[in-house]
Amino acid sequence: MKEGERHFLDGPRLDAFSKVTGRERYAADEYAGEFFWVGAKRALVPHARLFAVHTSRAAAHPGIVRVLTSRDVGGSNRLGIVRNHQPVLVDEVIRHAGDPVALVVARSREALREALALITFDHEPLPGVFDPDEALKEGAPRIHEDNEEGNLVRAVRVRRGDPDEAFRDCDVVVEGVFETPRQEHAYLETETGWAFVDENGELVIIASTQTPYRDRKEIAAALGLGINSVRVIAPYLGGAFGGKDGITVQCLVGLAALNTGGVPVKMWWDRRESFLAGMKRLPARMHYRLGANKDGTFEALSCRLYYDAGPYAGLTGEIMAMGAEHAGSAYRVPNVNIEGYCVHTNNTLGGPFRGFGVPQSTAGMEQVVSMAAGKLGMDPLEIRRINALRAGDRNCVGVELNYSTGFSECIDRLAEHPLWKDREAWKASAPAWKKRGCGVGCMAHAIGYPALIPDEANARVELTQNGAIRVYSGVSDMGQGNAGTYLRIAGEVLNQDPATMEIVQPDTDHDLPSGTSSASRTTYTFGNAVIQAALSLREVILRAGARSLGVEGIDSVEMIPGAVRIKGSTRQMALRDLAAFIDAGSRSCKGHFRTPYDESTLAIMYLGTHVLFSFGAHLARIEVDTLTGRIDVVDYVAVTDAGRVLNRPVYDQQVQGSIAQGIGFAIMEDYVVKDGRHETEDLATYIVPTSLDVPDMVSVAVEPDETTGPFGMKGIGEVVISGCLPAIANALHDACGVRITRLPLTPERVLSALTGKGEKE
Amino acid sequence: MKRKITFMLNGSPVAVETDPSRRAVDVLREDLGLTGTKEGCGSGECGACSILVDDVVKLSCIMTAAQLEGRKIVTIEGVGQGGELHPVQRSFVELGAIQCGFCTPGMVVAAVGFLKGNPDPTREEIRAGISGNICRCTGYEKIIDAVEDAAAKIRGGRSGG
Repeated sequence: MKEGERHFLDGPRLDAFSKVTGRERYAADEYAGEFFWVGAKRALVPHARLFAVHTSRAAAHPGIVRVLTSRDVGGSNRLGIVRNHQPVLVDEVIRHAGDPVALVVARSREALREALALITFDHEPLPGVFDPDEALKEGAPRIHEDNEEGNLVRAVRVRRGDPDEAFRDCDVVVEGVFETPRQEHAYLETETGWAFVDENGELVIIASTQTPYRDRKEIAAALGLGINSVRVIAPYLGGAFGGKDGITVQCLVGLAALNTGGVPVKMWWDRRESFLAGMKRLPARMHYRLGANKDGTFEALSCRLYYDAGPYAGLTGEIMAMGAEHAGSAYRVPNVNIEGYCVHTNNTLGGPFRGFGVPQSTAGMEQVVSMAAGKLGMDPLEIRRINALRAGDRNCVGVELNYSTGFSECIDRLAEHPLWKDREAWKASAPAWKKRGCGVGCMAHAIGYPALIPDEANARVELTQNGAIRVYSGVSDMGQGNAGTYLRIAGEVLNQDPATMEIVQPDTDHDLPSGTSSASRTTYTFGNAVIQAALSLREVILRAGARSLGVEGIDSVEMIPGAVRIKGSTRQMALRDLAAFIDAGSRSCKGHFRTPYDESTLAIMYLGTHVLFSFGAHLARIEVDTLTGRIDVVDYVAVTDAGRVLNRPVYDQQVQGSIAQGIGFAIMEDYVVKDGRHETEDLATYIVPTSLDVPDMVSVAVEPDETTGPFGMKGIGEVVISGCLPAIANALHDACGVRITRLPLTPERVLSALTGKGEKE
Repeated sequence: MKRKITFMLNGSPVAVETDPSRRAVDVLREDLGLTGTKEGCGSGECGACSILVDDVVKLSCIMTAAQLEGRKIVTIEGVGQGGELHPVQRSFVELGAIQCGFCTPGMVVAAVGFLKGNPDPTREEIRAGISGNICRCTGYEKIIDAVEDAAAKIRGGRSGG
């Protein structure tokens, strides 16, 4: 599409009406006639051998339909994406407090609660391991006996140049050990699903999930069903951010539904269960060392990253690998040694969370970059500018950047922003007892899956019998608005008003395997597939239109909203009339797309690397209360290169939402687990930003045309969050001269540092 | 034990036969089918279950069914009138204040209640006014924009008769 020819990409979100009126039906909103409630008995012990589960008292409760244990699981009873070792219901070993040991199917919530309390189990506590460093030591308790590498989930190492020699020659070397917290997604809709066995014997699961197609495989294997006997439907999600990238309730509701004689079942974790059993962002401990020359150019980087995976592999090894791939942020560094370790503990379940490992390593890199600038007496933006990756450069793991690379423009745009330029005057006018500081944080974030994993999408666009355009989505909409964007993309190609079009949410019965709603890929990958499908349908419609209107060739006709028209004429045919002249098979067109990848990167590291990146440069202006230690983020500027902007409000929603989560990650959010016991239980003890904690934000879009992207775009969902923590930590150092390396920057830690009692640089 | 509880719901009288100690949010969602009212925490922390009780914003997850008795209850389904969106709803749609939408009903109800008591708020007052409602998606900026815009719409509507 040419510039200036956009008609339907802009406009309000197409899901807004149903959501603002409360009519949108989420998985949590399924209730129909008779149904049963399902609940899990959680272990609440971090590591133990399970001998027996006593269910008879619960089963005798008059409100109880069934009590199920691992013995009732027909299949492998194992979940996993890379390694299949997480039990649906524990059969041998409890590995974290949230592990489920039994499942209760009840006629009411009250009966469910009472029956869960009646279940007991015999177990022998095993010594636990709660710290990655401890877990890697010789003789540490092993969490998976059969793992040949002890408690190591995965290790990666990337070495380029000669870092040891290079460090010796550097004019300045800075180093630090940084710790980032365990972050809880805290989506508003906790994990939930509805399941039943339909009249054909198929197990149907409607769940709040980012991954319906992958779930289906896992459910079928774990429960011992044929893959075609399982159907997963994913309505709009009430938030996910990675926390529903995989199985949460699906196997539990599925197992229950197989045991109710056809009565549907509902499971909806309450907030405490969501916290206890849900995934968290992996806490990380990162040893960073950066060497630079007098002129500020980076010469050498060495880092060792330790990510706490928790008890099961899930996607944790891949998360750590992604963190390692981005360990050098968005800079040229010729000599590099990156080591990453992902390690099992008996802490919480680790899993994807917006950023997928990158917010952790970026927090380390962007702090040592500012430390180097400080040591050299350089402006923190200037040191970033001179080292910034440009098109054709190689990134820290050696991948040549052959796609749009607008990073240095992000830095330039930030440097000219008034909130950056007037910072000294602003800092000087701090009120009494307050100190002000300005900090910078930059980042890169890859789009799609790494080379080894095909990043593909299959879309279907259809002209219905009634003449409407219908788009079948293969990728869940967890709130980012991709479903509506697919309609806008198809509308743009077909010249149809998206408000008249229909979207069908992901349903494995539609056979459009398209990967996950994750990896900053939902619009990039599936949007490209939508374009292909819509182009095919366009040709079908134009051909039928030309024939019906009695003209030669499709070049004589054009699509206009609701109709096909002879070019330069008023003679037209409505799509609803035209639909009758096209057979059903031809009215439905598929499109396919695979995200670019480079097989040669398989030699670099586990899974290979990515080739396409979004970038950004951030400024945080903060005020520190020297009496309480409280940090207020007063101003925030995010300059982002995510390619062309398709729809500005939807784009800014991703920017602003990421900043809010990033502020939470930086200054308040800390899910505390001590010796495997959860000390954080609910939203009263896990504090997330409210409207009082997030400032109005400035979002600047640098818009290079990404020629492989739909209408020039790249992913915007994740890139932004990685800049927030380092920008704020660097601002604290700017304000007060202290660097607190253990995050988040809570008032207690800040106050201790200011009074000289805490950790300092 | 079950008891008959009667109240005004979105402008119409209703009677529910239920255990009065059940949570109001469950009665609304499960018995009355009004699933627009969401539950996000069950402990009064997140605001997703906000409803108006006699024009005051209350959290239905920490209210009992008995507390509905004789009250005038408005849920998200009753916020607009005569098939029209309420100005707050219109502003939420127009200004992009909605993402996953799970906090939206509670946020809209909270904003409607807040504007009843403060029809001409400053941006800071809006921040404080909706601070009991957690949104994990938006970062709040567009929600605050929308409430500001809705306040102007409502004032404009009044002065314009």
